[in-house]
Amino acid sequence: MNHSDDDNNVSRADEFLQVFKKGAEFTQDLLKENERLRFRTVKLEEALKEHDLGCTDDGGASRVLRLKIEELEQEKEEILSRIKLVEEENQGFANRYVEIEEENNMLANLYIASYQLHSTLDFKEVLQIILEIVINLIGSEEFGVLLLDEKTNQLEPVASEGVETSELPSVAVGKGIIGESVKTGENYFIDSMEGYVRDFEKPIVCIPLKIKEHVIGVISIYKLLTQKNEFTSVDYELFTLLAGHAATAVFSSRMYSDSERKLSTIQGFIDLLTK
Amino acid sequence: MTDYKVLVVEDSPTMRQLIVFALKRIRGFQIVEANDGVDGLKKLSSEKFDLILTDINMPIMDGLKLVSMVRNDPHYKETPIVVITTEGATEDRERALALGANEYITKPIQTMKILETVKKLMNI
Repeated sequence: MNHSDDDNNVSRADEFLQVFKKGAEFTQDLLKENERLRFRTVKLEEALKEHDLGCTDDGGASRVLRLKIEELEQEKEEILSRIKLVEEENQGFANRYVEIEEENNMLANLYIASYQLHSTLDFKEVLQIILEIVINLIGSEEFGVLLLDEKTNQLEPVASEGVETSELPSVAVGKGIIGESVKTGENYFIDSMEGYVRDFEKPIVCIPLKIKEHVIGVISIYKLLTQKNEFTSVDYELFTLLAGHAATAVFSSRMYSDSERKLSTIQGFIDLLTK
Repeated sequence: MTDYKVLVVEDSPTMRQLIVFALKRIRGFQIVEANDGVDGLKKLSSEKFDLILTDINMPIMDGLKLVSMVRNDPHYKETPIVVITTEGATEDRERALALGANEYITKPIQTMKILETVKKLMNI
């Protein structure tokens, strides 16, 4: 082997060594890269895991929110139904209030009517109050008051409105609508006012004036005010009140007037005797 | 509530009492009563009223005459007047309103109607 062959071999060995070194470096780099990638993979996996967990948390929150919304919706429905109930109740109270107001007014009217009837012992004044009540509270335009003469058993007209008292006929108890109403003590109301023509023997309403079961007279109505078409519940109450209170007021005032007259006569006699 | 002076002109004591009784249910109402138009005018000249309620058919001076005289008085040009009457004909209503009445209520007496009308006129 000559010297040039040796040099050649050394050169080749160096080259091989260089190649081997480069291969080793490359392998080192690959290993490092591999390590880095593995690390990165682990990181990504962790991140992914965290992300998944995060998604799961959001889903829970949504479910909670959905449940909350459902609860609130239900609560809203309950509140709405309660509001409806309260509104219905309010409407009921409002209607009741109107009814009570009407009843209150009716009682006030009845109280004043009875108070006025018993406020005097003057017979004429009592008759005037009866007329006022029938005109202003019942709304009658033409009517008469007839009182029973127990000696003749006849009803005699004593006061009237819209017609002359002298125009009204005397009525025998038991005869006709008026006489029958007095005999039975029952109020009479015409079935229909349509086409009614005034007839003193056929009134549209008869109200017997009663002290318990004892009838002392009657109110006979022939015409209502033009604006009054029908009777209301308060009218029937007033009729009942009139039947009782007007009767006692008429009876007591008439008795008082009679006793006053008798007293005056007796006083006249006494004065005559003592002078 | 502000106090209001109210004059009720009505010849029938029963009706007067009914109207007064109804009006007393409104707080702050001071009510003065008059028997007829002349009595009403006397009271109107002696003190100031915020509201007048009057009947039409009355002795001495009727309600329409009273309404007309009240409206000619500069002190009562704007004072609300309510007519309460048995006269239900349209011409009676129109006449009363033309003379200066603000409201026209027909009998038989309806307390609710009177109270509603008065409250509306007085803005209470």
